[in-house]
Amino acid sequence: MYQEIAWQASLLGVALIAAVFLYVGLRAGNPADFGPIKRRLYAVRTYWFAFLVALGAWLSVETLADLPYSTTHGEAARPAEITTEVTGHQWYWEMDRTAFPAGTEVAFEVTSADVNHGFAIYNDDDRVVAQTQAMPDYTNVLRHTFREPGTYRVLCLEYCGLAHHKMTQEITVTAPDR
Amino acid sequence: MSQPDPYQPDPGIGRSERGVVLAYMATSGAVLLLMMVLGLIMRLDQGELLGMAPDWFYRVLTLHGTGMVGIAGLAGAGIMWYFLRQYVGLSLAVAWANLALFLAGVILIITGIALGGYAGAWTFLYPLPANPMGMWDTGGAASFLVGLLIIGVGFLLLHLDCARAIIARYGSLGRALGWPQLFGRNDGKAPDAAVVASTMVLIVNTLGLVSGAAIVVMSLINLYFPAFQVDPLLAKNLIYFFGHVFINATIYMAVIAVYHLLPRYTGRPWPSSNKAFLGAWTASTVMVIIVYPHHLLMDFVQPQWMLVMGQIISYTSGLPVLAVTAYGAIVNLHRAPIRWDLASALLVLSAFGWAAGIIPAMVDATIVVNQVMHNTLWVPGHFHFYLLLGTIAMALGFMAWMVRTYGGARESGLDQLSFWVYAVGGVGFVGMFLIGGREGTPRRFAEHLSGWIPYDRWASLFAALVIAATAVFVVRFFAGLRRAALTEA
Repeated sequence: MYQEIAWQASLLGVALIAAVFLYVGLRAGNPADFGPIKRRLYAVRTYWFAFLVALGAWLSVETLADLPYSTTHGEAARPAEITTEVTGHQWYWEMDRTAFPAGTEVAFEVTSADVNHGFAIYNDDDRVVAQTQAMPDYTNVLRHTFREPGTYRVLCLEYCGLAHHKMTQEITVTAPDR
Repeated sequence: MSQPDPYQPDPGIGRSERGVVLAYMATSGAVLLLMMVLGLIMRLDQGELLGMAPDWFYRVLTLHGTGMVGIAGLAGAGIMWYFLRQYVGLSLAVAWANLALFLAGVILIITGIALGGYAGAWTFLYPLPANPMGMWDTGGAASFLVGLLIIGVGFLLLHLDCARAIIARYGSLGRALGWPQLFGRNDGKAPDAAVVASTMVLIVNTLGLVSGAAIVVMSLINLYFPAFQVDPLLAKNLIYFFGHVFINATIYMAVIAVYHLLPRYTGRPWPSSNKAFLGAWTASTVMVIIVYPHHLLMDFVQPQWMLVMGQIISYTSGLPVLAVTAYGAIVNLHRAPIRWDLASALLVLSAFGWAAGIIPAMVDATIVVNQVMHNTLWVPGHFHFYLLLGTIAMALGFMAWMVRTYGGARESGLDQLSFWVYAVGGVGFVGMFLIGGREGTPRRFAEHLSGWIPYDRWASLFAALVIAATAVFVVRFFAGLRRAALTEA
């Protein structure tokens, strides 16, 4: 979902800026006195600045409420229903378990035995559904609830050497436990 | 309304000064073309149109990244030096020393990659250099790291020389940033934009380079004495602080060309002595330093306040660009009697590229988005946007202006065509990265899944267009170089 939002928001923003530059660039051959233009456009800038600040503030409020960090810092309101350990190695994943029921919250305790890796879970449409870094000496806890049964795949999203792109692990998600 | 004449040589820039600037730009231009070809090779390989072994793919990746960051820095420094030299007494010897150290570092880096097999990416993320699993030898990694260190020392010397010269003229860095005018009564006598920008850059880059040198040295010791270990989270913070600051500094240096040259083409002033301009640069000085945790949003163990700050400061970092620099360019350009040529077109494109490129950057710095986009092709998508269409367009525009002003280069029928090929090819090229990111394609992957390959192929086509246009720009620069260097202004 966020991929699509990111794409469309970026496309809109880039298109708007491109349109302004194209409009202004194409009209540059039709000169006018700078004084009034400067006064008018710098007056508009105050509103533009206020709009950008308001947009940023609104986005911050909307997006900073639910962050993925609390479990790692021991501040989670409740434990996850399943906890499992994940260790990245050059170039494979060592996982306590690789089958999970859909609809059940899983806490992946992710670390690394050697270099930095990126523990990213892909769904069967090859979209990332969640990720965290696998770091030596540290454990990042990633909480995730699989929504759909199916075959998921872990890919490494931090460059770790020769077989970085081969560092995969299948995860099976079964129908919800009832 | 008469058209302005933008090709007036600058007083205070003699042959010696011009020589060092042209040497910076010539080195940057030549290396840029080579590194672009490496970029194309990677995209062709990912698109299964080339069959490169993964170890070579990652070597090419390492060289491409290091080379591009290096020449972005060098080109930015060349632009900064050219304009700053008109206000303060910079040392020619230091400028040449920086270039000599740069070239020495390049030789060591190429040796480390080509002969030593080093392929740990330009970010040398600790402890990867010491854990190659047989892919490279210790000497190769050491050669690469020492090469980086030497290049960093050269840039540090350059920035310290800027600091010396600026303080000698203006008394303090605060005055050079225009703080008396920003925080007191604006008497309209704040330093020129070149001075303000150079001061900002020397402050942030000195901190960045020292942090980078610290982790490079620690990584070097770790290579030979594995018992000497560094906290991996500290190492990551140091590396991303250095990397973020250095690559951002390239654009803050290069943009001086836009501030100085665009007004010459439009015949309209772009004064720096106003509170919005000065406030934007002072705010950017702070924000560039504290925004780097947005590279660590998926390191959950990082203190949470830093991660939240990374998102919020990423948003606020866009304000000086969107409301001051790009907006200022629009105001300067709107219904101006501009004289269009290759240089002015590239400079206007660069203002667009910087402003537009920060949109996907800010989107990715949103933590909930980063959790599904981090280290996908979205990341090279956003930074290629403001480097290829921002920094590099600024550098190419400046180079075109230099050989026209000092070398008497004439307009060519190819200029307009190559400009549009560069612009359209560039947007298409970064667009394919961004679409790849939307599709979940990981960055730094030697092999792609079949669903990702069509975008790799389109990207290769767009990359080829960008290279063709850049080749025209660079060849035209070299054709006028000798005359531009030797002529008496």
